[in-house]
Amino acid sequence: MNLTLIDWLIMLLYFVFVLGIGFALKRFMKTSKDFFQAGRALPAWICGLAFISANLGAQEVIGMGASGAKYGIATSHFYWIGAIPAMIFVGVFMMPFYYGSKARSVPEFLRLRFDEKTRAYNACSFAVMTVFSSGISMYAMARLIQTLHVFDSLFIKMNMPLGWIFHFAVVISAVIVLGYIFLGGLTSAIYNEVLQFFLIVAGFLPLVWVGLKNVGGWNGLKASLPSAYTHSWQGMTNPHNNPLGVEWFGLSMGLAFVLSFGYWCTDFLVIQTAMASDSEESARRVPLIAAIPKMFFPFLVILPGLIAIATPAITQHAMVHTHVVGTSARGLVATDLNNSVMMGKGLIPAKVNPVTGKVMTDEKGNPLLDYDLAIPNMLLYYFPTGILGLGLTALLASFMSGMAGNVTAFNTVWTYDLYQGYIHKNASDSHYLKMGRWATVGGILLSIGAAYAATSFNNIMDTLQLVFSFVNAPLFATFLLGMFWKRTTGHGAFTGLISGTVAAILHHGLTLPTDAHPGIHGGWIAVVHLYPSQMAQNFWTAIWAFSVNFVITVVISLMTKPRPEPELVGLVYSLTPKPVEHTMAWYARPKVIAVGLIAMLVTLNLIFK
Amino acid sequence: MNLDLRVPMGALFTLVGGIMSIFGFFTRGSNIYERSAGLNINLIWGVVMLVFGVTMYTLGRRADKRPKPQSVEGTARPLGHGHGGH
Repeated sequence: MNLTLIDWLIMLLYFVFVLGIGFALKRFMKTSKDFFQAGRALPAWICGLAFISANLGAQEVIGMGASGAKYGIATSHFYWIGAIPAMIFVGVFMMPFYYGSKARSVPEFLRLRFDEKTRAYNACSFAVMTVFSSGISMYAMARLIQTLHVFDSLFIKMNMPLGWIFHFAVVISAVIVLGYIFLGGLTSAIYNEVLQFFLIVAGFLPLVWVGLKNVGGWNGLKASLPSAYTHSWQGMTNPHNNPLGVEWFGLSMGLAFVLSFGYWCTDFLVIQTAMASDSEESARRVPLIAAIPKMFFPFLVILPGLIAIATPAITQHAMVHTHVVGTSARGLVATDLNNSVMMGKGLIPAKVNPVTGKVMTDEKGNPLLDYDLAIPNMLLYYFPTGILGLGLTALLASFMSGMAGNVTAFNTVWTYDLYQGYIHKNASDSHYLKMGRWATVGGILLSIGAAYAATSFNNIMDTLQLVFSFVNAPLFATFLLGMFWKRTTGHGAFTGLISGTVAAILHHGLTLPTDAHPGIHGGWIAVVHLYPSQMAQNFWTAIWAFSVNFVITVVISLMTKPRPEPELVGLVYSLTPKPVEHTMAWYARPKVIAVGLIAMLVTLNLIFK
Repeated sequence: MNLDLRVPMGALFTLVGGIMSIFGFFTRGSNIYERSAGLNINLIWGVVMLVFGVTMYTLGRRADKRPKPQSVEGTARPLGHGHGGH
């Protein structure tokens, strides 16, 4: 890749500003509340943009582009029914309890509503998860920098071995993220997430524009792709007729209900931004504000994937062809590079085996495509120097804010829920502030460890993500029952959570996607059911986990002694005064915004059905 | 919080937009724009970013001068006795 001075200048400016914001915020960090909760003083629009940005890490951006190239516009289900309804629900119904209860974190809310053990279980699993997610982000970023040869010319000029680029990328991202969170806490993280939001828009909007212009607009795109690519609901009655391999029931129950509500309504990574806003009304508006750009993000991150497939692959001047970065296979690979492009599709090259240098194929002899290169190759193909710097900056920014969100969630849960809860109870506020700063350092160091673990054991990351999905899948049932059924008890919630996770593990161990072998993809106990795709299996694992948690929580709750009602005021729907809305202008009322959002969502689905 | 995000964000977009438009202006007609479908994307998008940046910066500066209302922590609703908070 040929970067010129102007690209470097743009990237450098971004890093200067990111750290500059941290330094500028340092003097406002006087109490632990300032550091962990941004003083609960941020306006709703900032928190709203940070709310989606925290989730918009680079795996998300790269992954959505990849799915766009693989499955087409059906990928937007992950944004539309897979996020918007949940965001509306958390804003209208759940936020009054999170914000109003004055809980400082989601695990702390569980302690207020249930008991210590439920909180401890949630806090521990969450803390481990955030560290690994941030490590995975770091690893993915360093890999991408390597693949794109961003620093190669710089390293050659400075006479440094190219093998150090990975370490360099890890260290520099760690130092920057550490720097701005250490200085400015959650405020810094949120500000940078908003900055990243605008950078992503600024970097990807021209990409879509130029790309669409090149393939002849939306109609040209439609003409050059199979019709399933541009219709999101086609063939959804039968899992074998659509590219996702899922039927509508699994999609709407598994993705739209269990997984999406479990993430957007309970994950402290996103909830922390809403809890940082300046009033309960703002906090409720945060997810609703976030839903508007979220709805249109498919056009920014999924559409480039489609365009990448549709772009005629004649002059692939500056593209990256394969993921091969090893040194041993260099010579071999060069001979097969042309093959990889010829057998690829549009701007997406075929995968090349790093050892043999041969194009990898599936059982039927079709080449496997390296979809993860959709977005990076789009940037390299369509962007001339100058705006290329901007596009790369947007990509790097998304990696870093993905890390930052995890790190701030980690330092809060560690300090408030684990350290203050179980290790050192009655220290001074300044002690916890200091602990938060050091927890940031610790969190980053652990992330680096996780990033390196990922380099040496590829399967570790897949296994861990699988384990996290088992822990997360049942969560929403606990919150739903906790907030809307006053009879739910702590014992019920805890037992239900554990049973839900066990159910997820069992379901995974007993089922298998048709095209996989028993092992990490499932079926490691016995294969009693085959799913048409891995996605269908994931959705149904979640459905089982949720249902088991729900039933067990209800049964155990009925068998145990409920808490006295006065203790649950502010924590349970039926016992809490409804939020006052009539003082707000009609258009600012959460329910009105919610209805507007649903109307937009339906319209979008009708247009792209 | 006393730092309005729009100020640094506006400044960053103004600088980046400025650099891109100047660079785009001096590379008019250059063959580097063949890849961007013939559009001088640096100039066009640079100007868009510049305008966005200046607007943000101005709005942020103006808001900085106005006093802010005090924020309410927790809920403003009456919750009665036995509230499980702190």
